[in-house]
Amino acid sequence: MPQHETGGAPGAPAHEVRDFLRRRSEQIAQRWADEPLFRTVFTVSREEAVEAGRAVVDALARVADSRRVEDPDAAGFSAVREQLARMGAARSRAGLSAAQVSSELAALLPPVDRLLVADLERERPERLRECSTALTVLMGTLRLVAMQTALSEIQALTDRQRLQLLEVATPVIKLWDGIVAVPLIGTLDSARSQVVMETLLNAVVDQHARFAILDITGVPTVDSLVAQHLMQTVDAVRLLGAECVVSGIRPAIAQTIVHLGLDLGTVKTRAGLADALGHCLDELGANIVAAAPGGADRR
Amino acid sequence: MDTAAGVEARLPIRSDMDLVWVRQHVRHAAAKLGFSLVDQTKLVTAASELARNTLVHGGGGQMETAQVTTGGNGGLRLTFSDSGPGIPDLDRALSDGYTSGGGLGMGLGGARRLVHDFTVETVPGSGTSVRVTSWVSRPPRLREDV
Ligand SMILES: Nc1ncnc2c1ncn2[C@@H]1O[C@H](COP(=O)(O)OP(=O)(O)OP(=O)(O)O)[C@@H](O)[C@H]1O
Ligand SMILES: [Mg+2]
Repeated sequence: MPQHETGGAPGAPAHEVRDFLRRRSEQIAQRWADEPLFRTVFTVSREEAVEAGRAVVDALARVADSRRVEDPDAAGFSAVREQLARMGAARSRAGLSAAQVSSELAALLPPVDRLLVADLERERPERLRECSTALTVLMGTLRLVAMQTALSEIQALTDRQRLQLLEVATPVIKLWDGIVAVPLIGTLDSARSQVVMETLLNAVVDQHARFAILDITGVPTVDSLVAQHLMQTVDAVRLLGAECVVSGIRPAIAQTIVHLGLDLGTVKTRAGLADALGHCLDELGANIVAAAPGGADRR
Repeated sequence: MDTAAGVEARLPIRSDMDLVWVRQHVRHAAAKLGFSLVDQTKLVTAASELARNTLVHGGGGQMETAQVTTGGNGGLRLTFSDSGPGIPDLDRALSDGYTSGGGLGMGLGGARRLVHDFTVETVPGSGTSVRVTSWVSRPPRLREDV
């Protein structure tokens, strides 16, 4: 990208902007403290907001010093990245959209630009324009940095939630003495399958289960990877001396499996969870007496 | 066509999460075009296989979806492309049970059986593009093109 401030001339616009920022640091911070972005985030005291503003001005001056006003990765920004993220996050929590946060960031430019224009009043119009442009670019980059940081926070949050979901979404239910079941819901990718398999195998061991039912009613797509995971789980359960039954294969999925050419021949399947349970109870030799006093009579 | 709005798209395939978007998009698009539940499921499953191949074997890429019409019959066309290593022996890759990794080797051949039209363009060293089309009713007869 073309730099406006090329050459090592002592009067490079970026350096003019740097000097201006250092000179006017206090005034800029004071003006920003009245802008919504600072005012609503730093609510303990006005001094707190001014302090935060000074830190940002300081960072901007350092970036200008390195003449990398267009570079969001400029080292000068690193000192305020975390602070910008906290400010952005606070505004999002207050219900602002990303676009609104972005325009609050944009609103930081005019007061600074007005100060710059006043300061460089005596300069040639050409010179003033160059410096004003450098400042505008620099503030635009600040906005980019803030938004990037906010986005990576959101990414980190969704990653954490995904991990949590992996853990909570695989409950093992004890249906009967010796029969456990896992109702699977959602996407069965490799990470999820791993968790399901571990949870189920542990339950089989802990509960001395002879049957494990995998109910896939809530799994929207069964492709070759999902099928492979199911078969691996079935094999592992078998190694523990128990039998695995897969239930809840919906008609559309059954047809698709056939076309796909998957051979689930070694897997015992039942239409619904109730059928699967019935099968397991039969095999266990349990004797169910409907609504009899004393409930079900089991072996 | 107003249906094109929710149908035409270009989605990145760079992570497991992207595969979820691909499946969801194909399901919504197919439903919007009037595919039956079974046909939706077939197309979504084929998309899932091809998108994962793009990710795992092709090193990532994208899927483009387009609405197509022939003789009053509507269809959905999906194009998966990557700039990965390409497929050196396509016949072998299409045969059931062949895998260069630890898969079942059913993805490519299976996807072909799940759709009406299936074309692969692959250049060793520069990438692979798989284009599939399925029609809402039956595939149009005597099509010279595609
Ligand atoms: N986009 C691609 N780029 C490069 N090679 C590919 C691509 N798609 C498929 N292949 C090759 O074709 C082989 C067969 O693919 P196929 O999808 O049938 O099986 P798989 O992906 O190995 O296993 P799975 O049954 O889990 O899909 C792959 O192992 C791989 O070598
Ligand atoms: Mg595959």
